[in-house]
Amino acid sequence: MRRFIEGSHAMAEATKLCRPEVIAAYPITPQTHIVEHLSQFIADGNLNAKSINVESEHSAASCVLGSQAAGSRSFTCTSSQGLILMSEVLFCIAGMRLPVMLICANRAVSAPINIWNDQQDSIAIRDAGLIQIYAENIQEAVDLIIAGHKIGENPKVMLPVMVCVDGFILTHGMEVVDIPSQDKVDNFLPPYNPPYKLDINNPMSFGLLGDPSVYTETRYAIQKTLEDVLQIIPKVGGEFNDIFGRSSVGLIEEYKTSDAETILVAMGSVCGTIKDIVDIQRNKGKKIGLLKIIAYRPFPQAEVKKALSQAKNVGIVDKNISLGSNGALYSEIKSILPEKIKVNGFVAGLGGRDIKPSTVEKIIESTEKEENPCKFVDLNEELLWKEFKTV
Amino acid sequence: MKNYSGRSLKQFNMEKEHLKENYYVSGHTACAGCGQSMAVRIVMNTAGPNTIATNATGCLEVFSSKAPQSAFGVPWIHSLFENSAAIASGVEAALDQQGKKDKINVIAQAGDGGTADIGLQALSGMLERGHDVLFVCYDNEAYMNTGIQRSGLTPFSAHTTTSPSGKKSSGNPRPKKPVVEICAAHHIPYSATSSIANPKDIEIKVKKALQIKGPKYLQIHVPCPLGWRSESSLSIEIAKQAVNTGLYPIVEYEYGKLTKVRKIPSPKPVSEYLKLQGRFKHLLKNQEEIAAVQKVADKNIDYYGLK
Ligand SMILES: Cc1ncc(C[n+]2csc(CCOP(=O)(O)OP(=O)(O)O)c2C)c(N)n1
Ligand SMILES: [Mg+2]
Repeated sequence: MRRFIEGSHAMAEATKLCRPEVIAAYPITPQTHIVEHLSQFIADGNLNAKSINVESEHSAASCVLGSQAAGSRSFTCTSSQGLILMSEVLFCIAGMRLPVMLICANRAVSAPINIWNDQQDSIAIRDAGLIQIYAENIQEAVDLIIAGHKIGENPKVMLPVMVCVDGFILTHGMEVVDIPSQDKVDNFLPPYNPPYKLDINNPMSFGLLGDPSVYTETRYAIQKTLEDVLQIIPKVGGEFNDIFGRSSVGLIEEYKTSDAETILVAMGSVCGTIKDIVDIQRNKGKKIGLLKIIAYRPFPQAEVKKALSQAKNVGIVDKNISLGSNGALYSEIKSILPEKIKVNGFVAGLGGRDIKPSTVEKIIESTEKEENPCKFVDLNEELLWKEFKTV
Repeated sequence: MKNYSGRSLKQFNMEKEHLKENYYVSGHTACAGCGQSMAVRIVMNTAGPNTIATNATGCLEVFSSKAPQSAFGVPWIHSLFENSAAIASGVEAALDQQGKKDKINVIAQAGDGGTADIGLQALSGMLERGHDVLFVCYDNEAYMNTGIQRSGLTPFSAHTTTSPSGKKSSGNPRPKKPVVEICAAHHIPYSATSSIANPKDIEIKVKKALQIKGPKYLQIHVPCPLGWRSESSLSIEIAKQAVNTGLYPIVEYEYGKLTKVRKIPSPKPVSEYLKLQGRFKHLLKNQEEIAAVQKVADKNIDYYGLK
């Protein structure tokens, strides 16, 4: 059913359609509305799930680790400090091969404390072994949540899935969204039936001590599985399209890239803004396109390489910065492209600073003229330390 | 035919037979005289097969679960140091949602560090939310797994590697954190202490706790020969002296009220306890320091009415 709906509400509806059995989450802006909506569904008898009002995100993640291990489909959501506080547990959830679903409402990380959007939080835990997929708009968030369960719970995968949605922009924005019917979702997503669980009829030990003789192989197994996930995501995307009629679930989206000389690369909601600018500049005769990264972990190297192979200039927009190095996407992509392609890295939209159409225009201009690995855009010269001023 | 651990299939089957009544089996790597390991066996065998156990990081997890082996005969899960109570909360919620909770015990396990210090928040949350879980703290009075560092449950004057005795120190400067009272203050149905000094007492309390629906806390005193610098053969004896001197009161709280204590009509002097352990060696030459520890025991005797 198509509804004009707030993002958090839509994501809660999508989660409900997936029939989670245990939910544990802790309030943090901008995620809070999602868990509030879910709590209300349960209170009204519209969702049959256990909700645990935990005392921290560390315990939220630990509860869903425990409940998923006990064989119940489990859900949590958080942002920023909450995700960082969870990070210790998230490595375990992945290492113990439990397909928990997590929504990250992306937000900047302290200090200074800042409740607004960037993608530093999810990028900071990119190495944990979670599948990370980024939504451009609310509809995609809904679709990725539903498809994400099917990807993570595949018996050959059994890894947690983190659907990343830009805080406020997607959590508090309103859109017309197709909320699928329960029948369709039930058709697409079977009940959780794990190959292993805590079961008194078949006692197993979970979370053993892995000494040097076994530890490496556990990492290798996750790495190989994530390589397989690069095939599984498009396959699930196809099944999703068959049932729901949308091709939103995939590894990347190429927007007018086939003949483009200049291609921007980005993740999440900023892709919408960039598409508008691409259209405007295309109307002026410029050969320009956008490569949208949906799957950041596993990272679709081959697909990205192919999509950018004909470009002259590549401009990568990072809403994060690996301080002392470069933006995460830049590093990822620069390392796989041939020397002949000019690759620029831009850091933008940190701590909620808008990436405006004019910002995107500046990025395009710079991509075509210069070559910088890590250029901060829209800096306010007045606020810079004296020794860092450029004018 | 051999299985991966090098035991013959026949041996393996014998052990599986053995597993029928024993849910924590031998072959683990605990030290000789480890009080914790003895207590775990009593807890697991009392709880029986319809049990799911969670475990904090610590000695127990390390010596019982080196992949690909496990000493646990019931479903068991470990992930981190501070989250045993939160994992148990999640397990319990899942079982409840599946309609299986009434048939299955959930037992959360942790050392004193995983309980009193880094795990206290998760424990408090679990108690406050009313999960039907028995939390068992194996109190060996220091972070033993990492090499005998002080915890909130390290007793007054004990030498540990981070509360060493020396010219300007007579060991740990603080008394034990009153975790059993902290738990009782949540007005949970049951909060109690026990000791490996009296295995039957552990059994009775585990049974009692598991018959009660809701959150339960049981803290068991478990000597650690390595950390306490004591003879392996004396673990039970030392645990007995801790009780008999009043240094380890055996108490039960129900719904926040002290309902039962183990009486010690003629308490032993604390020196009887201290002299058996290297961790108190620095006190023995100094009557004043022994008197300071005696004060702790006297206070316990008075506070809990142990006489
Ligand atoms: C977050 C975190 N901090 C520190 C450690 C290191 N560590 C592992 S076990 C342990 C001490 C365990 O002490 P206790 O809970 O008393 O159990 P014991 O080993 O004495 O049985 C420590 C400090 C850890 N694993 N995780
Ligand atoms: Mg200890």
